[in-house]
Amino acid sequence: MTAPTTRIVEVRAGILKKNDELARALRARFEAAGTFVVNLVSSPGTGKTAFLERTLTDLRARGLRVAALVGDLETDNDAQRLARSGAPVKQINTHGRCHLEAEMIEAFLEDWSLDELDVLFIENVGNLVCPASYDLGEAVRVAMLSVTEGEDKPLKYPTMFNSADVAVITKMDLAEACEFDAAAAHDAIQSVRPGMQVLAVSTRRGTGLDAWYALLEASRDGWRSARTSHTAASSPPAALHA
Amino acid sequence: MHELSIAHSIVEVVTAALPLDERTGVAAVHLRIGRLAGIEAGALHFSYDLVVEGTRLAGSRLVIEEVPVVIHCPACDAARELEGIQRFRCPTCDTPSGDIRRGRELEVASIELVVPEEQLT
Repeated sequence: MTAPTTRIVEVRAGILKKNDELARALRARFEAAGTFVVNLVSSPGTGKTAFLERTLTDLRARGLRVAALVGDLETDNDAQRLARSGAPVKQINTHGRCHLEAEMIEAFLEDWSLDELDVLFIENVGNLVCPASYDLGEAVRVAMLSVTEGEDKPLKYPTMFNSADVAVITKMDLAEACEFDAAAAHDAIQSVRPGMQVLAVSTRRGTGLDAWYALLEASRDGWRSARTSHTAASSPPAALHA
Repeated sequence: MHELSIAHSIVEVVTAALPLDERTGVAAVHLRIGRLAGIEAGALHFSYDLVVEGTRLAGSRLVIEEVPVVIHCPACDAARELEGIQRFRCPTCDTPSGDIRRGRELEVASIELVVPEEQLT
């Protein structure tokens, strides 16, 4: 018996290849169906659910067909809150997993007809680290932070903020009580992601939400024209402003 | 701690790349991980050792090559390496740039196999 030999084999394969391929397939499905998908990420307690409940309610009132998938480790509390908007909502329980994956989105979409959805929101598990690595096939990723979390949050979690397309600062009604330095927060965001659009909102008071809806409409228009350039255009979806 | 999920994915990717001959062992797995990939090396090493048990990767070393972030500076019209991931500005002229050319890598670069001698031709 001779001695074994060591041999080096090049692999050069993405570790998240499976998730990335699935996300690409989902993105193609969303584009074909005309469903604009928004992935909301933040730490726990930023106010994603309250913000999304309000968003679903308002967009429905504007005549848009919206729906939401919401991820949590356990409980369907968030789905129950979001369902008050009247929009179709499903809870994804990850049972310990700290993020949503493309596979879960695919499974939970099974009995929904994408052709009947204009905008699908995905509320990710509250976590500013892990969801950054997992593409869900979304068109836009929105990173959120609240005024109670500190202006330097983007510097502490640069990977997530860098991976996002838009930043939303929530709980602006508490800004004064928290001595929130808006300029410092903007600087921190621009430092980790130069040129990123930043919105400041108060879900409770309803401030800043029109700017949020305008941004969604503009992104959706941009996405739609990019989409029609390489896929056949179907019937025009409802406008964001009724 | 998604490093556990990542470790499972590594085992899947490496297993798919292994020769069918079960006598071929794995001595080491080399990864290339960008600083923007969101991976904590210590947590990944810990998770890897747990996850490889009972697989063909059991006992193998995990070697991580960290890839720094490289941006393209529009003012210098040149690639510039960043020291950290908190300040996306050209280290030479201070122009902001989000044009990332490297640093998001999350891949299995290569594997070191232990091949029984008689198998080699």
